[in-house]
Amino acid sequence: MFESWGRYPKATQRVLPLAWRSDALPARSGPVLAVGQGRSYGDVCLNDGGTVLTTGRLDRFISFDEKSGVVRCEAGMTLADLISFALPRGFFVPVVPGTQLVSVGGAIANDIHGKNHGRAGTFGRHVRWLELLRSDGERKECVPGDPLFAATVAGLGLTGLITAAEIQLVPVSGPFIIEQRVPFRTLDEFFDIDAGSRDFEYTVAWIDAFSRDVRGIYYRGDHSQRPGRAAPGKRPLEVPADFPSFALSGPAVRAFNALVALEARLAKRQRETNVRSFFFPLDRIGRWNRIYGQRGFLQFQCVVPSRDHVRDLLGRVRISGQGSFLTVLKTFGDMPSPGLLSFPRPGITLALDFANRGPDTLRLLGELEEVVRAAGGALYPAKDATMSPRTFAASYPRLAEFERFVDPGFSSSFWRRVARA
Amino acid sequence: MKRVVVLGATSAIAQHVARLYAEQGASLFLAARNPERLAAVAADARARGATQVETAVLDLDDLRAHAGLFEAADAALGPPDVVLLAHGVLGSREAGPEEAPAILHTDLVSPTSLLLQAARRMEARRAGTLVAISSVAGDRGRAANPVYGAAKAGLTALLSALRQRLSPSGVSVLTVKPGFVDTPMTAHLPEMPFAVGPDRVARDILRALERGADVVYTPLIWRLVMLVVRLLPEKLFKKLSF
Repeated sequence: MFESWGRYPKATQRVLPLAWRSDALPARSGPVLAVGQGRSYGDVCLNDGGTVLTTGRLDRFISFDEKSGVVRCEAGMTLADLISFALPRGFFVPVVPGTQLVSVGGAIANDIHGKNHGRAGTFGRHVRWLELLRSDGERKECVPGDPLFAATVAGLGLTGLITAAEIQLVPVSGPFIIEQRVPFRTLDEFFDIDAGSRDFEYTVAWIDAFSRDVRGIYYRGDHSQRPGRAAPGKRPLEVPADFPSFALSGPAVRAFNALVALEARLAKRQRETNVRSFFFPLDRIGRWNRIYGQRGFLQFQCVVPSRDHVRDLLGRVRISGQGSFLTVLKTFGDMPSPGLLSFPRPGITLALDFANRGPDTLRLLGELEEVVRAAGGALYPAKDATMSPRTFAASYPRLAEFERFVDPGFSSSFWRRVARA
Repeated sequence: MKRVVVLGATSAIAQHVARLYAEQGASLFLAARNPERLAAVAADARARGATQVETAVLDLDDLRAHAGLFEAADAALGPPDVVLLAHGVLGSREAGPEEAPAILHTDLVSPTSLLLQAARRMEARRAGTLVAISSVAGDRGRAANPVYGAAKAGLTALLSALRQRLSPSGVSVLTVKPGFVDTPMTAHLPEMPFAVGPDRVARDILRALERGADVVYTPLIWRLVMLVVRLLPEKLFKKLSF
């Protein structure tokens, strides 16, 4: 059964694998949705009652210029494959999320961001060209500046099938990252460290959502100048089966968070690591979403304007006692995002995840959503399974402009849930 | 650098073999029927670092084109170190007398013609390696896919014969026997035990070539599975339904 990474909500859809960029869209009835690796958490990658077109086999390179680092590839290529290709040639992907197991098409459709948002902005800023196959059979090539380009970047796959893209890679000396870990004990300390970290390319913080004063670890890093070859990626350990529910009980999650805090406090402050362990620590555990069991989990990622909003949100999470397994805090820079529906905007982004405990979890998410909307913030569609049409419309002011570009043959569970009737 | 001829280059397994060789900087001659698909595979190989990539658009079912194909490959790259045959159709349980000749033609007659052509040239040069994708389905005929199984059994027998014939000339022959491979060809099958991706099969093929193997089951578990399947007495086998 096809599931999103959060395994919530459940949906039933026909899965049609695509194999060739040159092929027409397969015969179908009802709306379709292109899906890469299915690593978005909620329902932007689901199409309940319809068809999903999986792009995993559209994984070919089209061209590569070793001087300029401009690469053109099919949209189903994973960032993992692109990174494996780019690193030995002295390049890296300009923006990477917390997992490399996403497709280029998915990275564009969600206009993903990474730890270097302040320096590099979103993924879409580094896309120089893309090809779109519409349900009427027309192929459209788009470049930055085209209205259809702005609709397709962060367009959640609703403007048609992205078949291929051209990306400007960034030059790097090698596969290593100089990483610093700085523990903090309060939210204000986080902001002090953040303000003092402007010279670092990559920044992000993990926080212990159980701690009263918001303790956490600030991670910051830069590409090392040292050349070298990355060790071949090890085959990840895979979570063999769904965990029973007690594995994520309050005490277990609390203990995990305390352990992470302790480990970081005992570890050396600065170390050289490689890009895979710096950017993608969770990729070492295949199918880690199984630890949440069959009922899945819900992510909540918002951007809010000020630290008081973050304090308010974390306070409510702590009071709820629901406990977020992994909580991530980061400031966005002010680079404009290229998509009509891009999520990143100046402010502070907070990501939380909650085991699905039914109505209690949904109630908490609703409460957090209210705070975000009142603050003039936004929720991230790639992580969302619950936001209301009202919040979506309020936080994405260019929605009406976007709607004109939606391909009538494409839809998603998310779109039917949040689009105005 | 190696010179490699890939016939049926748009098949999923062949594409992944071509990728691995391209990353090693090999020169490739790729042949397939669909020009757009072939161009996509060729562009991928070039981007990955192949020294040279040449293509030929043709229908490998057309036996008359076979002799010219190897001439063209020789002219483009020079004599190949490796010739890989990867084209094929799956057939089905229901394939009747109407469909059977076409399946046998694609899966056995055409490969036989190509292999004999290539064998003659390699024998004369006293160098080279022939590789063909057969199948575990050729190890014992099953009701699940009779005509395909018969074609692959024939192909396996031919490869074994060629191996013996060419051995004195220093030419090697690799028989590849994949189990279920997750490809567009098998996308409709409901259940595929021990299924692997075409990338895994390609890696196994290159490793088998490196160590000079004669026959490779991929993944390896199929060697054991088919050993058991072959040993089952016919009296028992005919009553089974797998």
